Amino acid sequence: MAAARPLHAPVLRASGIVQSFLGTTVLHGVGLELRAGEVHGLVGENGAGKSTLMKILAGAHQPDAGTLELDGEPVSFASPIQAQRAGIATVYQEFNLLVDRSIAENVWLGREPRRGPVVDRRRMLRDTQALLESIGAQGLDAGLPVRQLSVAEQQIVEIAKAVSLDARVISMDEPTAALADHEVSLLYRIIERLTERGIAILYVSHRLREIFDLCTTITVLKDGTHVGTWPAAELDERGLVRRMVGRELSAFFPDRPEGAELGEPMLELEGAGNGFVDDIALTVRAGEIVGLAGLQGAGRTELLSGVFGADPFTRGTMRLQGRETRIRSPRQAVRAGLALITEDRKGQGLSLSLSVLQNALGVVRAVFPGRTGAARQAAPERLAELALVARGLDQEVQFLSGGNQQKVVLARWLAVAPRVVLLDEPTRGIDVGAKYGVYEVMRRLAADGVAILMASSELPEVLGMSDRILVMRDGRIVGEVPPTSSEEDVLALAAGAEAEAAA
Amino acid sequence: MSAVVGARPVRRRRLSTTAIVYLVLVAVVALSAVLVTAAGKSFFTAGNLAAILTLMSILGFVAIGQTLVILAGSLDLSVPYVVSTASIVGAGIMAQGTAGILPGVVAALAVSALIGLANGLIVTRLRVHGFIATLGVGLIISGWLGTSFQGSFGSAPPEFRTIGATLIAGVPLSTIIMLACAGLAALMLHRTRLGHHLYAVGGSAQVARLSGVRTQVPVVVAHVLCSTLAGLAGLLLLARTSVGSPTIGSQGGYDLMSIAAVVLGGTLLSGGVGSVLGTIGGVAIFAVLDNVMSVLEVNPFLKDFIRGAVIVVAVALYAWRSIQRRPPRFRKEAGA
Repeated sequence: MAAARPLHAPVLRASGIVQSFLGTTVLHGVGLELRAGEVHGLVGENGAGKSTLMKILAGAHQPDAGTLELDGEPVSFASPIQAQRAGIATVYQEFNLLVDRSIAENVWLGREPRRGPVVDRRRMLRDTQALLESIGAQGLDAGLPVRQLSVAEQQIVEIAKAVSLDARVISMDEPTAALADHEVSLLYRIIERLTERGIAILYVSHRLREIFDLCTTITVLKDGTHVGTWPAAELDERGLVRRMVGRELSAFFPDRPEGAELGEPMLELEGAGNGFVDDIALTVRAGEIVGLAGLQGAGRTELLSGVFGADPFTRGTMRLQGRETRIRSPRQAVRAGLALITEDRKGQGLSLSLSVLQNALGVVRAVFPGRTGAARQAAPERLAELALVARGLDQEVQFLSGGNQQKVVLARWLAVAPRVVLLDEPTRGIDVGAKYGVYEVMRRLAADGVAILMASSELPEVLGMSDRILVMRDGRIVGEVPPTSSEEDVLALAAGAEAEAAA
Repeated sequence: MSAVVGARPVRRRRLSTTAIVYLVLVAVVALSAVLVTAAGKSFFTAGNLAAILTLMSILGFVAIGQTLVILAGSLDLSVPYVVSTASIVGAGIMAQGTAGILPGVVAALAVSALIGLANGLIVTRLRVHGFIATLGVGLIISGWLGTSFQGSFGSAPPEFRTIGATLIAGVPLSTIIMLACAGLAALMLHRTRLGHHLYAVGGSAQVARLSGVRTQVPVVVAHVLCSTLAGLAGLLLLARTSVGSPTIGSQGGYDLMSIAAVVLGGTLLSGGVGSVLGTIGGVAIFAVLDNVMSVLEVNPFLKDFIRGAVIVVAVALYAWRSIQRRPPRFRKEAGA
C-alpha cells in the first residue's frame, strides 16, 4: 500500500465485468479505469448498465465474472461496507442520510469518535466542521439536523461522509438531478477540490453539458456493452449522443408544428397567491406549451400545486376554460380537467408496489369510478402508444426504469383525458431516448388542444419545448421571454438584477 | 463562496417538542392546583406531591424502556406480563424470608431480561414486527401466568417492603430509582455509540446498515433493557403490595399507557426521534392528571375520557407542527 504510485496510475480498474439478473445479461464484459484526480464520465441511455456497473463498484452487486483491481491488487466486495472501507464511496440519487440526526452524526455514523466509553460529541462536531470547510462548504453548521438542509446541502453531507471515509474513488449517480443551476456550480467547485486531493470521481449523468464541463475522460455504455472510452476533448455533444444511442438525433426536441393555431384560454390566473407564491398572472391557451423557468426554490412547483389545489390559492382568481373556478383539492382539480405530473415520481407519482395496470388506472378509479372499465380496456393500447417496455401489465412499477415509470405516470393521467396538463420536471432522471418520447407526448397533447404548463430546471428543455416561457423568482413571475431567447437571458432574469434583490 | 450554502432565511430554532411537553406539564400542574384549591383542598402538600411522584415511578420504569424500544423502531406490548412475572418470581423466592431478597431480585430481573432477549431475537432474527412479536410473547406469558397461578403468590419480607414506603427528602425511593434509570438511559442514548446506533436504526435501518452499523444489536439491547425495566417495575409493585400477583401488570394497563406516555413525550411512534426526558414529562403529565382526578373524586369513566383527550390533542399538536415545518413566504394579507 505504501509504495509510491506513479502519477495518474489507475486507482481502480474493472475489467471483463459480466452481470446478469434472472437470466438477463445486463453487462457483457465491461471495463473501466479510474485514475487519481480525474473526473470520469459514465454515460449511456437508461438500461445501458451504468447503474449496475456503479453498484458493482459499490459492492452492492457481486459480478458473475470479471475482476476489480484497486491499486493493482485484485479485490472483491461482498457488501457495500467492504467497498466503503476499501475507499470506494458512492453518492446515490436517493441519499443515505438520517434526516432527524445532525450533519455530524450522519457523517460519523457507525464510526463515532470516542473518548473512553462515551462518544466525543465535541470532536465529532469540530471534525465535521473542518471537513465541510475543506471541501468548500463553509456556510454549513455541522450541528444542524439534515431535515433542515436543501437537497444540494444534503448532497454535500453525503460527499463529506465519503471524504471522511478516506475515499479514493467517489461515484456520483446523477448528482445534479435535483439541483438548481447555482447549486450545480457549487458542486463543480466541490468536485474540483476533491480531484485536487487526488480522489477519482466517477460521474454518471444524463446532462451532457455537465459531462463536458467536468469530465476529462468519458466512457460510453450501450445495452450493457462498452462502446468505448475517450478523452472528453476528442468528443462533442453530437458525437457523444451518437455513440450513446447509436444514431444521430436530428434534434433533441421534436419540431414545433408549423402554423398551429392557438385556441381559447384554458387556464387563466389573476393575482393568485398562497403562502408560497404571490401575485401570479398567467394564461395558457389550448394547444399551447408554456414553460416555467426559475432557480430551485423560485416557486415553480408551488405554483403548480397551487393550480392543482394541493396548496390551494388563498387569493386571486382562476378561470378554467373561461369559467371562474375555485380549486381547493386535487380531487376537484381532476374533476375540472386538470392533471399534475409531479417531479417526485416515486414518492408522489406512483404506487411502487402496485402493477403497471393498477397504476395506470389509479386516477380514473379514484375520481371517475364509472369510467374504470373503459379505461381498463384502453390501457394496453395507451401504454403501447407510449412505447412502454415492461414484462407485462401486471409487473410492479418499482422494477421499471425511470423512463418507463414516467410513461406509466403519463398513462395514469391521460386516462382521465385532462384539458390542462401541469408537468413538473417531466424528464428528470430519464435517458435521452425516453426524454424524446415524453416530448413527443407533449407535442401530441398540444396538437389535440390540451393546454400545457411545464416547470423545468433544464433550460434547454424549457427553451426547446415551450411556446412562451415565464420566469419565476422568489415566488413571483418576473418576466416572460420567447423560446428564441438564450439560456443566459433566462438565467439573468431568474437570478435577478442585484438592485431588485432587496426583497 | 458561502453565497449558496447557508444563504437562506435564518434557520429559526423552534421550540423543541420536549420543551412543549414540559410547558404542558406546567400548565397541567397550574390548572390542577387551581381546581384542587377551588374544591377546598390543597395541592402542594408534601403528601400529595409524594403521591404524584409515586404514581410516576411504576409507569416511569415501563415508559423509559418503551422509549428505547420505540426509538429503535419496534414496540413492546408484553410489558404488563413481564411486570406480573417479575412480581411472581420475586415474591416466590422472597417467601423464604430476608435471605431471599437478593436472589429474588436477581432472578426476577434475569427472567425479565430473558423475555426481552426473546422479544429482541424474534424481532431481529425472525423479522416479525415488534407489535406482533411482543403481542405473541405477551399472550404466551399471560397464558402461563393464568394457568399456574390463581390469586396472589408468595410474599415479600418487611425489609423489602420498606423500599415501597421510604421517602428521601420527601421523594419516594422508587421514584429516585426510576429517575436514576432515566438518567442512565439518556446517557446511553446520547453519549454512547449504542445510543447513536439506536437512533440510526429507528430512523432508517437501511441507512444504518449501509453505514456499517450492526442493525440488530440496538434492537435486541432495547428489548432487553425494556423488559428489565418492566421487571424493576414489577419488583417495586411487589414492595408496595407485598404479594406477587399474576394480574398486577395487566390491571395497570402498562402496555398502552406506556406507549401513550412515550408518544405524549414527543417520541415518534415510527422511531428515530424522541428522548427519555420527554417521556418523563409525559409520565408526569399522566401522574398529575390521575392524582388530581382522584383528589377531586372524578368518576373513573371521565378519567379515561380526559386521559384519552390529552393524548389525542398532544399528538395532533405534534403532527401539526411537523406539517407546518416550512414557513410560508407570503402571509395571507400580502398582495400586489
